[in-house]
Amino acid sequence: MAKKLPEVEVVLVGFGWTASIIAQELTDAGMQVLALERGGWRDTVPDFSVTHIQDELRYAVRKEIFEQTRRQTLTFRNRVDQLALPMRQLGSFLPASGVGGAGVHWNGQNWRFLPTDFVIRTQTEQRYGKKMIPDDMTIQDWGVTYDELEPYYDKFEYLCGISGQAGNIGGQIQPGGNPFEGPRKRGYPLPPLKRSAATVLFDKAAREVGLHPFPAPAANTSEPYLNPLGVQMGQCTYCGYCEWFGCANYSKASPQSTILPVLLKKPNFSFRTHCAVTRVNTDGTGKRATGVTYVDQDGKEFDQPARMVVLCAFAHHNVHLLLVSKIGTPYDPASGQGVVGRNYAYQLSSSVNITCKDLLNPFMGAGALGQVVDDFNGDNFDHTGKGFIAGGYIALWNTGGRPILQEYLPKGSPKWGSGWKKAVHEDYLYSTHMQCHGAVMSYRDNYLDLDPTWKDEYGNPLLRLTFTFGQNEHAMSKFLTDQATRIAQAIPNRGINSKPREGDYSIVPYQTTHNTGGAAMGNDPRTSFVNRYLQSWDVPNLWVMGSTVFPQNAGYNPTGTVGALAFWAAAAMKRYVRDPQPLVQV
Amino acid sequence: MSARIPIILLALLCGGAAIAAQQVYAPQSSKASWSTIERGRYLARASDCESCHTAQGGKPWAGGRPVPTPFGIVYSMNITPDRDTGIGAWSGEDFYLAMHQGIDREGKRLYPAFPYPWYTHMARGDVDAIKAYLDTLSPVRQVDRQPELHWPFSMRSMLAIWDKLYLHPDRFEPDPKHSAQWNRGAYLVQGAGHCGACHTDKNFLGAADPKHPMQGGFAEHVFAPNLGAGERDGLGGWSERDIAQYLGTGSNAHATAAGPMAEVVQQSTQYLTQDDLHAVAVYLKGLEGPEDSQPRTPDQDTMNEGRALYVDDCAGCHMDDGKGLANTFPPLRESSAIQAAQPQLLIAVILQGAKSPATRAKPTGLTMPAFADKLDDAQTAALVSYIRNEWGNRADAVSRSSVAKLRHTLAGSPQ
Repeated sequence: MAKKLPEVEVVLVGFGWTASIIAQELTDAGMQVLALERGGWRDTVPDFSVTHIQDELRYAVRKEIFEQTRRQTLTFRNRVDQLALPMRQLGSFLPASGVGGAGVHWNGQNWRFLPTDFVIRTQTEQRYGKKMIPDDMTIQDWGVTYDELEPYYDKFEYLCGISGQAGNIGGQIQPGGNPFEGPRKRGYPLPPLKRSAATVLFDKAAREVGLHPFPAPAANTSEPYLNPLGVQMGQCTYCGYCEWFGCANYSKASPQSTILPVLLKKPNFSFRTHCAVTRVNTDGTGKRATGVTYVDQDGKEFDQPARMVVLCAFAHHNVHLLLVSKIGTPYDPASGQGVVGRNYAYQLSSSVNITCKDLLNPFMGAGALGQVVDDFNGDNFDHTGKGFIAGGYIALWNTGGRPILQEYLPKGSPKWGSGWKKAVHEDYLYSTHMQCHGAVMSYRDNYLDLDPTWKDEYGNPLLRLTFTFGQNEHAMSKFLTDQATRIAQAIPNRGINSKPREGDYSIVPYQTTHNTGGAAMGNDPRTSFVNRYLQSWDVPNLWVMGSTVFPQNAGYNPTGTVGALAFWAAAAMKRYVRDPQPLVQV
Repeated sequence: MSARIPIILLALLCGGAAIAAQQVYAPQSSKASWSTIERGRYLARASDCESCHTAQGGKPWAGGRPVPTPFGIVYSMNITPDRDTGIGAWSGEDFYLAMHQGIDREGKRLYPAFPYPWYTHMARGDVDAIKAYLDTLSPVRQVDRQPELHWPFSMRSMLAIWDKLYLHPDRFEPDPKHSAQWNRGAYLVQGAGHCGACHTDKNFLGAADPKHPMQGGFAEHVFAPNLGAGERDGLGGWSERDIAQYLGTGSNAHATAAGPMAEVVQQSTQYLTQDDLHAVAVYLKGLEGPEDSQPRTPDQDTMNEGRALYVDDCAGCHMDDGKGLANTFPPLRESSAIQAAQPQLLIAVILQGAKSPATRAKPTGLTMPAFADKLDDAQTAALVSYIRNEWGNRADAVSRSSVAKLRHTLAGSPQ
């Protein structure tokens, strides 16, 4: 029998980026907030200390700071007629466990989505006609526009100390920035990072082939930074240990390096670690959340009543929690009815390796040190006759040159032995690669539900992921990879190895942790689980954060939009608290 | 009409404040006025009482914190108003006797780890205000822990001799030759602030050297730097504003508080008013420093080894030129703490790491990690010697054995 605890005003499930933002905003508004985190506490010192964090074997290969699949995982299949099997090792994506969430181990590639991304169905139908969207493609407008989100993008960027070059301030195109971006109120808080040799080559080559390269917006600080909360950040040292590592130098934005020093001192905020939430509880009507049930480290079960529940866990886990709590209608691919689990999407990445003639010293890097072209993202180009919609960016990221996993050797290089050593010796310092980072649309048969066979340690069915890439994605990926190859050919090189991603989605090789959807936002309760303010249609005191609410994925890394949506939702929650009603009436 | 609104508002605000005050100070029925209690709270912070009188993980003000001294360990007392185990039964007179002469309610002499040789200078009214504030705290039942001192210091009777030799119970008298601001600073530094408890050298019995006040002394294994004049190892290069900023926020362009001082800033000096901070600064700027000595600088091999280690382990934050990063990581170049007469603070920071104070003005609490597991004694000695003698710095070289000794002491310290 679960022990009943005293009621709190707001309980947050998870304590990563979105929970930190919601907690900071709501405690400022005087509310009492509790965050429940399944993992442990961790902080810059001692957990990410410069004395030990640059340990690739420990963190990148053995994956020390990620979710443990023996505790929580999902089952996977490509198609509805297959038997799903549990993912026993992390591969394609890397959810976090612990305070700060994946905000601790991201690269810091911080984007705004394009204005057209938020109205993708309307935009596509208007520009290319209704037939451009295949029948089984379930994409939809977000219910929120870029202009509405702009102030909240700005808020997240200034919180994080983003380094970058604006491309469009108030409609004025800025030299050196991304000319395709939506208009922003002001520039980035910090200038772009220093460029590496490889990004300079990319920039020159991209210009030569007629494209518009710009420095990627980075949550790695190019200079010391004092954020609006008064939290100090250091200056990036270009050590190249961002992705899959915590930052030792206070220079990659994370909850720890931007919010927690202020939040944790507030008397109206508290958090508990090693508390895995297993249910969102509702009252007899099913229309009101009454709190959550969680299990602590010792296996003891607690009932935590709350007047408001906000799901801030990883994309999969938010959906899993809704399904096991029997909140909302589960999605059924046969009928196309239901919303929980609907519109799951991912990212389609491909790469082009280049062995350059110039010395690159790739080990000097930063997670979001990169030069990018956005000419083929979203609807920035004419898709007529191309056979696909949407797109992606092409970037030369110089995230680092770690010894185990970051050698981009020429095609045919041996994988081990003296041949491999020779290739590393001759080519490592000259090698780099480009990434094509493509959008994935949502489809009728890509979705999340509960697995009929496998259970987790608490006796709940595992989440089942049914997903593969569609024809649209393959056509788009081929197009992007060809464009990247064209840029690569303009770089003085000794060899190019284009690696388009082909065939079905595989959950084994790492791709990105940009899992989206499953509780989409929108303006129609028949096709979305939350309204445009991220408030549940069915249970108005329940809110869902994160990329879980993306109705389909865009061609960018999700964190910037996840952060902006959290600030946008927090503003709505403050209105809701004064008058606790559904913020959108059906 | 419009003129009356602010008055009504003011009345409402005052009413609100009174209600808030009642809620905060509920436990004991103190007869003291609200303003006396508030003054007591301010002075208790200026005196840094809570820091020593709270054990790690323990109840605030209930004592039990181990205070390491060269003579053994003394534990702080429970100063909550619990009648049996705290000081709830103490009269104002009892409390003043403890603060002024180091004698408790039962007539027992207190160990001078409790800084009564400084508190003795405090005005009676200020001491009473502190007691009035302490009376408002929640009583905690916690029996005081007995000290663990080496013989003969374990004999309390020794303390009578100590007090006779070194305690000069007298109240602070303003010096008419100086400004009121200087006198306020002197009162705070010599009394409540008890800065000399760490920053003044002590003799073999732990008594402060009255002839060289604030010219540097030992505090919990590390050397508290000279607060007197001196461009190299004193506050000669600091302006009054620099001093006030350091004490008020935890850092300035020259330094970030580290070691025991980080706690002092976090718990005590950040709460001082700007007027008091500047008064302290004015007083400190008037102090004499020690005579500059000719340091024994390290040889070139040591400097080379130290430089290699510095580039690997330190330059990422403190930068190659030793200037640190503005408003983030402190400079090591031209730093008085780095060039202090004794190197223990720098050694301890490298071995143990350092958390900068998380203050209202600077909440981050930027933290340097510990290098004890990464650098051995010889490496640490070379690195410290290098840092103390690069970029125009000049100070004694550090031996491997002094690092080994401090490493051993810190490993066994109750902190």
